[in-house]
Amino acid sequence: MSSEHVDEISGVTTTGHEWDGIKELNNPLPRWWVITFYITIAWAVAYTIAYPAWPMLSSATKGVLGFSSRNDVKNEMAAAEATKVKYVAAIQSKTVSEIAADDALREFAVAAGGAAFKVNCVQCHGSGAQGSTDFPNLNDDDWLWGGKVEQIQQTITHGIRFAPDADTRQSEMPAFADVLKPEQIAEVSAFVASLSGPLRNQTLIEPGAKVFADNCAACHGDNAKGNRDLGAPDLTDAIWLHGSGEAAIASQVRMPRNGVMPAWVGRLGETTVKELAVYVHSLGGGE
Amino acid sequence: MLDQAQVERLDAEAVNSAKTRPPLYAARKKIFPKRASGLFRQFKWLVMAITLGIYYLTPWLRWDRGPFAPDQAVLIDLANRRFYFFFIEIWPQEFYYVAGLLMMAGVGLFLITSTVGRAWCGYACPQTVWVDLFLVVERAVEGDRNARIKLEAAPWSARKLVLRASKHAIWLIIAVATGGAWIFYFADAPKLLGEVVTGTAAPVAYVTIAVLTGTTYVFGGLMREQVCTYMCPWPRIQAAMLDENSLTVTYNDWRGEPRSRHAKRALAAGLPAGDCVDCNACVAVCPMGIDIRDGQQLECITCALCIDACDGVMDKLGRERGLISYATLADYNANMTVATAGGTSQVNPSLVRTTSGAFVDGLAHFHLGKIFRLRTYIYLVAWSAIGLVLVYSLLTRERLELNVLHDRNPQFVTLSDGSIRNGYTVKLLNMIPAPRTIEVMLQGLDGGEMSIVGVDQAPSRSFSVAVEPDRLKVLKVFVRQPADRIREPAQSFEFRIEDKASSESAEYIASFNARENDK
Repeated sequence: MSSEHVDEISGVTTTGHEWDGIKELNNPLPRWWVITFYITIAWAVAYTIAYPAWPMLSSATKGVLGFSSRNDVKNEMAAAEATKVKYVAAIQSKTVSEIAADDALREFAVAAGGAAFKVNCVQCHGSGAQGSTDFPNLNDDDWLWGGKVEQIQQTITHGIRFAPDADTRQSEMPAFADVLKPEQIAEVSAFVASLSGPLRNQTLIEPGAKVFADNCAACHGDNAKGNRDLGAPDLTDAIWLHGSGEAAIASQVRMPRNGVMPAWVGRLGETTVKELAVYVHSLGGGE
Repeated sequence: MLDQAQVERLDAEAVNSAKTRPPLYAARKKIFPKRASGLFRQFKWLVMAITLGIYYLTPWLRWDRGPFAPDQAVLIDLANRRFYFFFIEIWPQEFYYVAGLLMMAGVGLFLITSTVGRAWCGYACPQTVWVDLFLVVERAVEGDRNARIKLEAAPWSARKLVLRASKHAIWLIIAVATGGAWIFYFADAPKLLGEVVTGTAAPVAYVTIAVLTGTTYVFGGLMREQVCTYMCPWPRIQAAMLDENSLTVTYNDWRGEPRSRHAKRALAAGLPAGDCVDCNACVAVCPMGIDIRDGQQLECITCALCIDACDGVMDKLGRERGLISYATLADYNANMTVATAGGTSQVNPSLVRTTSGAFVDGLAHFHLGKIFRLRTYIYLVAWSAIGLVLVYSLLTRERLELNVLHDRNPQFVTLSDGSIRNGYTVKLLNMIPAPRTIEVMLQGLDGGEMSIVGVDQAPSRSFSVAVEPDRLKVLKVFVRQPADRIREPAQSFEFRIEDKASSESAEYIASFNARENDK
């Protein structure tokens, strides 16, 4: 600081800093600028007093205004909940078909049900509700227990083959491995596969039809169209829960897999179940 | 007794002694611009009236758009995300028109600056216009330059207090009106005015008014020239925009120097004397407080008031106007060469004037042709090209649009009869303020049929959908194709929408997915 550099042209002292021959003039700042600068410093100090700022060993200063981002979130969530109240109240008081028929309510229920679906249902039914082998696709128009919105509500409420719920949807396909001979299983599998697919082995069809009439028609119906009261699937369509083709059918005849879906009403409550029912119904396959 | 002579005086000085220490900050030197009169001052009054008129009155203009749209001619409707400008309505996705206008403004600024210098700063910039307006108030209340200087120096008295208070009060009223006018661009002006007055307007309206009142008052009344000198980036950029053929406000040394307050005495003594009588009229009128005779400066906003002041003096002295004038650097340099005999001497008036007092031949004078040069043409062509593209796209733009989103999860669904279903979110954009019935149709996709969620109609290849005025309608559409008609895993087809009444239409090429082995 002892040496003074004075710029020849302007006669102003320089700061002594030089870059590529360019020196910085030490012109005084405008007063308003300096005042503004001091105000920002004062503001910063006041800010750290007013708001949580200084870190301590295991916490931080709280700030005299008592601000907390956690409370902010809580308030915002409460405000969001408050806007939902009138819809939730309407959903509580109306039946699912009434909800589905009302544009605004349906929109709300589909959004809310979609969110609940992503949390509770995707583990089995997939994120797009497309299902997979043994887990039904909820987008299609094939329903084991009925695709009306009330029927869907019933299924979600009480579950399927869910022992703790007395009202659960109940049915069980018996294992035919001990009842039928292996060739009978082969025959009936070929017959069932031919109902929706190409005919492969004509010789098995006729005996297969007889095996079917004797053993399967009781639940699946004489025409193999299934029975929704029993959750017995339609065997003539293109949709196969446990896999298509003779081998998968034979396997299901021998040692059937009977899927279980839990009852959700105890866990989610009636409102959410209604929303879920409307959401699932809206996926495109609803009846 | 102490003998001072015995004490040695050391040659030492404190490092921060007041003598050498530069001040930490510089107080502003107050400027008291004198009222100017003349051609440029009149032009500035005109520009001020037009620009202020546009700013304050525009929100009150009405434009009938029918019952389904606001009737305000210029309205930025943020809540509904619409921008109305007379016969033009812009949706958010058409913001490129605003981007185009900004590009035109940029190129236009280059064009103007390369030809007539910082005309924007001098005449049309809001800072300049409002400072001018605030100065009008200041002059009306406190008097012209000398009276204001006197008042500033005078001790506080009842009169000074009254004058100052009324000046600031009027400034604040203007500031409130300025902030108040701004909000009317964003809502229906008459209705909002009623709400503001009765205290029922939205808080954001009051906050906006308060902020803009503050900035107008502080920038226009208190900070004035400091905004241009310290805060605005444009003075820094101008050097890159100007060239030697750009017009700028110039003090013509070649006829002014050597300046003298006593020209007659100097001439009698056989000394040379230029036209400048050093009356400082140019400095007194300058709203930036600078001396144009120091040459081109960052602070000069080229408001040309010094030209008016100097022309008035020249008229009184019976000399030609234009000692300070709009001139190009090229002309100035050429004339300086003449006046200094090629740079070999000081400016000598006898080199630019004949013995009779007329200017010698060969001096460069400005003429309009100098404005038109390659650079100007390039800017002009670029500016017009952007403008024409904007106008063309505005005239040919669609007011009925179609957006389609293909469901991706799942991509397709197999139905019980083996047919395949794909889901789409179809968005119909009715961009006119009138209700319409839109025909939604499938084109291509052999045997395909669609159904629309919430529309009670059997699957079909065509649906009629009512769309509200100036609104987007979102449809959930399921398209289904029988198994035996599926040709390949991904087929192209078209969604087509038509407004039968106006014969407008739009298409969207969509894809229909199926399983690989379903073909």
